[in-house]
Amino acid sequence: MKFDTPATTNPIDQLKVVGKPTNRIDGPLKTTGTAPYAYERHDVAANQAYGYVVGSAIAKGRIASMNLKVAEAAPGVLAIVTAANAGKLGKGDFNTAKLLGGPAVDHYHQAIALVVAESFEQARAAAALVRVEYERGKGNFDLAKSLDGAIKPAPSFGTEADSAVGNFAGAFAGAPVQVDARYFTPDHAHAMMEPHASIAAWEGDKLTLWTSNQMIAWSVGDMAKTLGIPKENVRLDSPYVGGGFGGKLFIRADAVLAALGAKAAKRPVKVALPRAFMFNNTPHRPATIQRIRLGATAEGKITAIGHESWSGDLPGGGPETAVGQTRLLYAGENRMTAMRLAVLDLPEGNAMRAPGEAPGLMALEIAVDELAEKLGMDPVALRILNDTQVDPEKPKRRFSQRQLNKCLQIGADKFGWAKRSAKPAQVRDGRWLVGMGVAAAFRNNINGPSAARVRLDKSGVVTVETDMTDIGTGTYTIIAQTAAEMMGLQLDKVVVKLGDSAFPVSAGSGGQWGANSSTAGVFAACVKLREAVAQKLGMNPADAAFADGKVRSGGRSAALGEAAADGEIVAEDKMEYGDLEKAYQQSTFGAHYVEVAVDAMTGEIRIRRMLAVCAAGRILNPKAARSQVIGAMTMGAGAALMEELAVDKRFGFFVNHDLAGYEVPVHADIPHQEVIFLDETDPTTSPMKAKGVGELGICGVAAAVANAVYNATGVRVRNYPITLDKLLGQLPDIA
Amino acid sequence: MKSFTYERVATPAAATAAFARAPGARFIAGGTNLLDLMKLEIETPAHLIDVSRLSLDKIEKTGDGGLRIGAMVRNTDLASDARVRKDYGLLSRALVAGASGQLRNKATTAGNLLQRTRCPYFYDTNQPCNKRRPGSGCAAIGGFNRIHAVVGASEACIATHPSDMAVAMRALDAVVETVDAAGKARAIPLATFYRAPGTTPHLETVLAPGELITAVTLPKPVGGTHIYHKVRDRASYAFALISVGAIVQKDGSGRVALGGVGYQPWRVEAAEAELPRGAKAAADGLLAGAKTTHENAYKLPLVERTLAGVLAEARG
Amino acid sequence: MQTPEEFEVSRRGVIVGGAASVATATFVPAGSAVAAPAPVPPPTAKVTFEVNGTPHALELDTRTSLLDALREHLKLTGTKKGCDHGQCGACTVIADGRRINSCLTLAVMHEGESITTIEGLGTPDKMHAMQDAFVVHDGYQCGYCTPGQICSAVAVLDEIAAGVPSHVTADLTAKPEVTHTELRERMSGNICRCGAYSNIIDAIVDVAGAKA
Repeated sequence: MKFDTPATTNPIDQLKVVGKPTNRIDGPLKTTGTAPYAYERHDVAANQAYGYVVGSAIAKGRIASMNLKVAEAAPGVLAIVTAANAGKLGKGDFNTAKLLGGPAVDHYHQAIALVVAESFEQARAAAALVRVEYERGKGNFDLAKSLDGAIKPAPSFGTEADSAVGNFAGAFAGAPVQVDARYFTPDHAHAMMEPHASIAAWEGDKLTLWTSNQMIAWSVGDMAKTLGIPKENVRLDSPYVGGGFGGKLFIRADAVLAALGAKAAKRPVKVALPRAFMFNNTPHRPATIQRIRLGATAEGKITAIGHESWSGDLPGGGPETAVGQTRLLYAGENRMTAMRLAVLDLPEGNAMRAPGEAPGLMALEIAVDELAEKLGMDPVALRILNDTQVDPEKPKRRFSQRQLNKCLQIGADKFGWAKRSAKPAQVRDGRWLVGMGVAAAFRNNINGPSAARVRLDKSGVVTVETDMTDIGTGTYTIIAQTAAEMMGLQLDKVVVKLGDSAFPVSAGSGGQWGANSSTAGVFAACVKLREAVAQKLGMNPADAAFADGKVRSGGRSAALGEAAADGEIVAEDKMEYGDLEKAYQQSTFGAHYVEVAVDAMTGEIRIRRMLAVCAAGRILNPKAARSQVIGAMTMGAGAALMEELAVDKRFGFFVNHDLAGYEVPVHADIPHQEVIFLDETDPTTSPMKAKGVGELGICGVAAAVANAVYNATGVRVRNYPITLDKLLGQLPDIA
Repeated sequence: MKSFTYERVATPAAATAAFARAPGARFIAGGTNLLDLMKLEIETPAHLIDVSRLSLDKIEKTGDGGLRIGAMVRNTDLASDARVRKDYGLLSRALVAGASGQLRNKATTAGNLLQRTRCPYFYDTNQPCNKRRPGSGCAAIGGFNRIHAVVGASEACIATHPSDMAVAMRALDAVVETVDAAGKARAIPLATFYRAPGTTPHLETVLAPGELITAVTLPKPVGGTHIYHKVRDRASYAFALISVGAIVQKDGSGRVALGGVGYQPWRVEAAEAELPRGAKAAADGLLAGAKTTHENAYKLPLVERTLAGVLAEARG
Repeated sequence: MQTPEEFEVSRRGVIVGGAASVATATFVPAGSAVAAPAPVPPPTAKVTFEVNGTPHALELDTRTSLLDALREHLKLTGTKKGCDHGQCGACTVIADGRRINSCLTLAVMHEGESITTIEGLGTPDKMHAMQDAFVVHDGYQCGYCTPGQICSAVAVLDEIAAGVPSHVTADLTAKPEVTHTELRERMSGNICRCGAYSNIIDAIVDVAGAKA
């Protein structure tokens, strides 16, 4: 099905099932520990052996020699895989560094060997016996010192590194009110709870990989390319993913090494990356240094808006696209953005939840707060004043929906924004300094082609099959809701099967495109199934109504299952997209409000209240969508207050590579969170009229926290995370 | 993790005898730090002696009105003990500020004292670390050292001791009771229990190989207001950046010990005389001779400010 | 060619060079004659314990954590391995009535104990009240930390009932109460990167209220 004109009324609009805050259908499995994750699939292949990864001890250089003798002789060892014995390996299209290093080493903890043994304990012990001599090479690990050499990166996904409209330099120079500041965001780890893990089994030249992966089709392709085998010989299965956040968009060392280990050991092999490896072996959100310049009239109209961002990556990598939202979020006639990319020999940088916007808004939304203060304006009013209903670079191109102002206004009202003291450091609650902050949330909507197969059996049960993944997003449930709505069924008459590459190719989970795209694919398949059912029942497909488990047309009624009385009916289709996203700018919007308390003595920061108001098209399941947003708010709180991969600039690695050193928020950090969704549909996105929301939720959160800390203390911190050591020197004197 | 043989013992004498048979063995009780380190092969004992079921799990009154805490008393039980909560509130507060509920259910009194530093370079066997591998160098000096020591450190090591419990015990004048391989018992004030890193940071306590902690005793209660303020980036389940444990009397006198600043819980009795004069005077004494890096210099004002807050809280 | 500031490197260590710190190299040069020891089977030990009411007698490599005994030997994979170092709480089980991190304890140390895992609390057809509340309040997303959260939550309510104090208990000598603040502090040993915290606390409050 091609979606190239805005949606009109369709069966989804009935909202009998879609749009309801249904409990997740996978909930009973997840809460009883019976949902099978990758490493746990004892049942899929007999005689599984254990692989343990050896990571490089240096960041850059060469392996001079490896001695495997002691390790090979260790109890239980079945095989050891290294680049020297693995045969010729390719590199996946989505990987920057090789997943099995050697003799060249590209980054710290790059996998350089896999030890396969009878037991986990034996594999782990033997891995420590692999002796490696290195020749350490010179690496570049310091972004701040690499700005001069940073280059203009090639366009990514069709977006140029630089943009310019009007005369930015002139308008900025002439603006009566200016902000010109630099902001620093550190490297972040996805730190999902389930480590990357895979079980691999070969049957002849065919590989099956039970793994934890967000993008099945991409990863089938990259496995095939890496191993040098046809795509048809690779099957991936990833029905449950214990968190991804972008960290599992691509195949990683566990997948490739499990496959190579299974080949070498001639039996199935399972590999999980040790937690310590997840910080330096797998990708991370790259650090940025950003310069933002805002020029405004005395009345607060932005006349010049400039945003530059520097980031680094391994050779062949790409930039963190932190300037993207600045091209669209606020009005202003004179604009410029630029990205520059430095070569760094740190581990690979790549997508993490809301890549680009998350760090970009961490900076931009502080800058707007600074501008409001210089203008003596309320920061909510300043944002509302500078709203735009059109793409500021192409004024003829409208936003398909844009209710940012409403988000800001409703949020201000619900949060009690009026009680905020415009002057910072005025509100005390005992030893606590209390403040409020706001930030706009913005994230583009992306649609991707997505296919599904639906099967109807004679009992009237519809089974949906698609290689879409549920990474905690609620995909199982919203797909079931979509199929139930389309076929006129209760939710319990729908079975959803995900994550298997044998199923039709979906959009996958990433870029907050999953919900709208994958359900649209199911919509398309269900349209075909409805036609097939109607035909089978001798009804007119054009007027057949599907409701209450029945099909009705022309005064006739039949149970849905009757259509499959003499055999299952199978329909498959793919939703594809025309040019609507070019004709309209499709984005999602929100407003974050945060109240913090800062210990006036110690500078400890605690978040007291959080509210998000989101406008993101139709909300397919408000309960699951709310969870996406509160989870993103939590990750944003972490980015604001604690998350930072500490770079050792001498040895070139992230030092705090465990969950004690890389702190992410715990229960005690997070207050009760409120989320409000505006009632909205966007007919330009798909027949579902939905958009993404899972990444919108993180966008702007950290800046709202930063602005609240400023409001509480009067201390403006522009380098994240905002830790107490950055406040101490400017807190009130002790009595 | 290297292979090891395992035995469970029922008495302290059996424990030390087992060690005599297998020098290089390690005692294991809660295991919450030892197993962590064994997985990374930072600790590689060939034999483990399970002392977790020794009947050293009682908290009893001593003859002089103090408390004897068995070495195997779990952190949760110690924090929950009614006598500790009433008379040694600082200890209860410090315990529940540490780790997580799950870890406190396993971790023992003796093990808590013996836990090793959380320096990330100590934990990464690819990096130099004089504590882990004597003579290899200290990667924390000149590296990431925001959480490291500001007092008592050496050119060989700037690691801190991570225990909260030990900070309270130091302020409470705790004494560590041990028995050695020959069956000889001794009592070691916590004040002299830890060794300064000097040129031998791998030697962390004065315990001899095979010497087993049997109990920690606390003198009779000293009254006063007990406050433990642990400062950290996240609100729970994190090691201290610094912590201040204080017992403040009505007249403003009192005791203070610090966590997160040195290789041991940091107490300077002479500095306590300055407490009635306020936080600055006391902190100056506590941190005399401090040596900081650009990343951990904040600990000095942080200690002073936290102590000021604690003193204000004690005044009510 | 290494400069003086650079390092002598082995798999086992990067050693600071230079005069101040003399290194003892423990790496084995490649190609040198290494006497490979004949493989000796790793030491094992026997242990018997009950899991979810079922007795088990196992002979295990002594290195086997309770977590791996459950997941790899008993195939009870509901208990999760998130970090294997006591830093996330995904592996939380209840041993003799107390919640512990099953990753940081040896299976052989649990002789005679009674272990409850997520599978022992309830099944999809017969869920424990806490499991049900997590579903109703959407107290999970990816589901990987969830069994640990639920085991922890069940034990936390028992701990509060037993009077165990926490970091946020205002009066050490009083009986702690079931408040949002108490629950947040006590649940902090269970990390949820998906960030379901707000809903998890709602779920626990729901169960605690029903209990009271």
